[in-house]
Amino acid sequence: MPTLADNEITRRQLLKTSGLLSLAGLAALSGAGTLVAGQALAADPAADVNILNVALGLEHEGIAAYQLGAESKLLQPKILKVAVKFQDDHKVHRDLLIDAIKKLGGAPVAAKTQAEYATSLKAASLKSQKDVLTLAARLELGAVNAYLGVIPSFADRALAKVSGRLAADETLHWTTLASVLGMPLPKAMFFGA
Amino acid sequence: MVTFVKRIVLCLGLLVCVAVFSEAGQSTAGDPKQGKALYMNKCYGCHSVDANRVGPMHRGVFGRKAGSVPGYAYSPALKASTVVWDQTSLDKWLTDPQKLIPGQKMNFTVDDQAERADIIAYLKSVS
Repeated sequence: MPTLADNEITRRQLLKTSGLLSLAGLAALSGAGTLVAGQALAADPAADVNILNVALGLEHEGIAAYQLGAESKLLQPKILKVAVKFQDDHKVHRDLLIDAIKKLGGAPVAAKTQAEYATSLKAASLKSQKDVLTLAARLELGAVNAYLGVIPSFADRALAKVSGRLAADETLHWTTLASVLGMPLPKAMFFGA
Repeated sequence: MVTFVKRIVLCLGLLVCVAVFSEAGQSTAGDPKQGKALYMNKCYGCHSVDANRVGPMHRGVFGRKAGSVPGYAYSPALKASTVVWDQTSLDKWLTDPQKLIPGQKMNFTVDDQAERADIIAYLKSVS
C-alpha cells in the first residue's frame, strides 16, 4: 500500500496545479449564481454563506487541533508527517471556503485564538499519541458527518457537490487515523445521519 | 354475576392501557448510553457538552431557552427564538431545524426517530 511519503503533495504544489483553484473551479465552488445571458440562476447566497461559515469554523478548529497535536511532542515522526499533511488539507479547505464566502458577499468567520481552541478541545488532557489521534479522529468524523449532513441544505447545487468532496477528504483523514488507532472497520452506512 | 364480569372487563381494560402506555413511553424515552455514542459520532464535530465550539455547549440544555448560552455567537434567528428545549422541541429541531427556527445555521438533521430519541436521552442526562 503506497505511503504518504511515496505520494507526497505539498500545499505549494497543490496551489499551483489543483483544478479546484482554477477560475472555473472557483466559480463552481462559489456558486454565486451562475450568470446565463445576464440572468442569475436561483440561489440563496445568504443562507449558503451561513452554511459555508459553519464549515469554515470546522476547518479553523481542525487546523488548530492538528497544531495542538504537532506541538504536543507526543506524535512519532511518521505520524507527525501525516498530521501535518492533514492540517495542510484543512488549510486548502479553509482558503477555498473563505474565497467562496467572499464571492457570495459574505464575511468569513474568523478563527479563534489557539489558546481558545486548546481550552475547548481540552488540550491539557492529551497525554499520549493515542489521545491526540483519538481527538483528531473524533473531529474528522464530526466533519464528515457535518459536510454530509448539510448537503441537502445548500440552495446552490454546486456547493452541495463541493460539500460532498470535502466530506470525502475528511473521510480519508478519519479512515487513516482509525487505521493507525486499530479501530475496527465501521459497518455500512456508518457515516451521515 | 354481571357485576363480577364487569369488574373483570374493567381490570383487563386497565391492564391493556398500562401495557400500551408503557410501551409508548419506552419507544420515545431513548437510551442515553446509546445516545452518547451517537452524540460522539454525529454531534461532536460541532458540539461538546462543556465547551462552546462551532456549536454551543449542551450541558444543561434541557429546560434552557434556545439561543441563550453565554459566549456563543448564535444566529439572529436563534437569539430571537422563544423555543425552550425539551423532549418535543429537540425532536423537532433534530428532525428539521430550519422548519422549527427559520434562519438557523445548524442545518444538520438526524433522520432516524430512534436515534433522535437516544441522543435526546443523552442530552437530558447531561442536563
